[in-house]
Amino acid sequence: MEELSAAEPDMVDTGGAVLAEDTVIATRALTKRYRGGQLAVDGLDLTVPAGSVFGFLGPNGSGKTTTIRMLMGLIEPTSGTARVLGQPMPRATRAVLPHVGALIEGPALYGFLSGRDNLVRYDAADPTADPRTRRTRVAAALDRVGLTAAGGKKAKAYSLGMKQRLGLAAALLQPRRLLVLDEPTNGLDPQGMREIRSLVRELASDGTTVFLSSHLLDEIEQVCTHAAVMAQGRLITQGAVADLAAGARGRLVVTTPDPGDAARVLKEQGVTDLVVTDTGVTAEPPDRELAELNAALVEAGVRVRGFGVERASLEDAFVALTGEGFDVAG
Amino acid sequence: MSRAEAVPGSEAVPVEGTAVRKPSPLWTFGLFRSELVTTFRRWRTIALLGVLAAVPILIGIAIKIETSDGSAAGGGGGEGPAFISQITNNGLFLVFTALAATLPFFLPMAIGVIAGDAIAGEANAGTLRYLLVAPAGRTRLLLTKYATTMTFCLVATLVVAASALIVGALLFPLGELTTISGTRISFTDGLGRALLIALVVAASLTGVAALGLFISTLTNSGIAAMATTVGLLITIQILDQIPQLHALQPYFFSHYWLSFADLMRDPVYWDDLFRNLGLQTLYAAVFGSAAWARFTAKDITA
Repeated sequence: MEELSAAEPDMVDTGGAVLAEDTVIATRALTKRYRGGQLAVDGLDLTVPAGSVFGFLGPNGSGKTTTIRMLMGLIEPTSGTARVLGQPMPRATRAVLPHVGALIEGPALYGFLSGRDNLVRYDAADPTADPRTRRTRVAAALDRVGLTAAGGKKAKAYSLGMKQRLGLAAALLQPRRLLVLDEPTNGLDPQGMREIRSLVRELASDGTTVFLSSHLLDEIEQVCTHAAVMAQGRLITQGAVADLAAGARGRLVVTTPDPGDAARVLKEQGVTDLVVTDTGVTAEPPDRELAELNAALVEAGVRVRGFGVERASLEDAFVALTGEGFDVAG
Repeated sequence: MSRAEAVPGSEAVPVEGTAVRKPSPLWTFGLFRSELVTTFRRWRTIALLGVLAAVPILIGIAIKIETSDGSAAGGGGGEGPAFISQITNNGLFLVFTALAATLPFFLPMAIGVIAGDAIAGEANAGTLRYLLVAPAGRTRLLLTKYATTMTFCLVATLVVAASALIVGALLFPLGELTTISGTRISFTDGLGRALLIALVVAASLTGVAALGLFISTLTNSGIAAMATTVGLLITIQILDQIPQLHALQPYFFSHYWLSFADLMRDPVYWDDLFRNLGLQTLYAAVFGSAAWARFTAKDITA
């Protein structure tokens, strides 16, 4: 704690720099216990590499938002440390947060102000924002999320999707090094979701690290390079999305009009975990040449329409990791 | 722990395209201006000012009607400053009367609404987290909120005074006036004293403003903060009327409020005026510090 006073006066000057390693977010044993005694986040060790699109997954109530609030300096951790852009939070909020755009637990707007004036208001709260370029930056941010036409409308007349877009625009008022987006596609229609996804990809290709929390697995799978999974306040796993999905084994899928015969043949061949469906059979893929299995099926007179291994999805990985479905934690 | 590790990294990895402008020292005023604009564009603020402007109009019209048959106004039985009976002689007295009428309740209630809503209202709407993530800074945001509330105190008082002056000038004659001490002063001198009184009345409200702001940091509900502040205001006003509590009463923020009438004495009687201003400073210091301590250590969960 002694460094506290020594470090603080210089914090503003350090704004333009500092990445201890190639890590944008690093937490060590980060823990938050609320006053009621409820343990919201329990010993979290999170590492977000620079330049990644990092998916932060977990059912509702798993501690994602509490973690994000601790990273943004809104909540003081009970114990453990959190570093964002190489600096300790919440101590270095003034140096770190101008580089961070955030959408936390949905957008919050001044309903009696127009969309444009909402952005002007948030921009005025940023000490590093230049008031001389405010108008142009606000217009650019509105344009980026497709709200230029609705910019003059009062925010209370916005639909949920428009509010979400305006919240995103607020996060994009300045060039950022890190974007923290908590459930960014909430309330958007499929077209809007696709737009947000392509926006995220575009930002990531500019070198911005995107930290994306979601409870939608396929969303994470589509845009993220890395992911972490939380359940009941604990980190279950983290790593590259490809590795996570590879961790869960795929399924052998045989499509056939004769599922009964197919199952019998596969069983004789020593294949386990057989599930007979209307359209065929699925099973645990064995560690042998699959072509032989196919040959055996055909030899036994089973009419095979399709044969192959279906790659495991992140959802399979999740179920394998937690041993449960994607339900709300009690 | 912090700098020792961070600095070598900063030299090794210069980050391109993210040069951040150093905050201008005048930035706080930019935030203050944004805060003012946001506050005064709320219909609620406009409505409060409208109600305050209506009070002098009602008093003026009531007195005009009451005295239209030639009888004296006020009856002389009132306990407050004996301004009301003078209004028919000089419209400027409507300013003093209107301030005396609004200071015990209407003005502090309006301040309570604005101050109570300052932090809690933003928390309730969720905008507080975005202001803090911007990052506005907790201390700065709190100071800006207090400055805005004080500005509202001043604007609200001036609205009452200006409305009263206009109504007074329209309905009653203007000219030289008699002070409480019985001496005559010129109209210009009287106008100057009216302005001074308005400033003193505005300053009398800084204690309530600090109290309201402190309450506002305790809750995430704007309505609860407003109601608590106004409730406390009424309670204090009632306690100030109970004789058995006279030992405590000099510490009630409202105790010396009506001392502004002493500015209409010739020479001015300063003792109670200074006591009032000292008391307001004390309240601002105590509850300002409490608000700061609370707000800078608070977990923002809204």
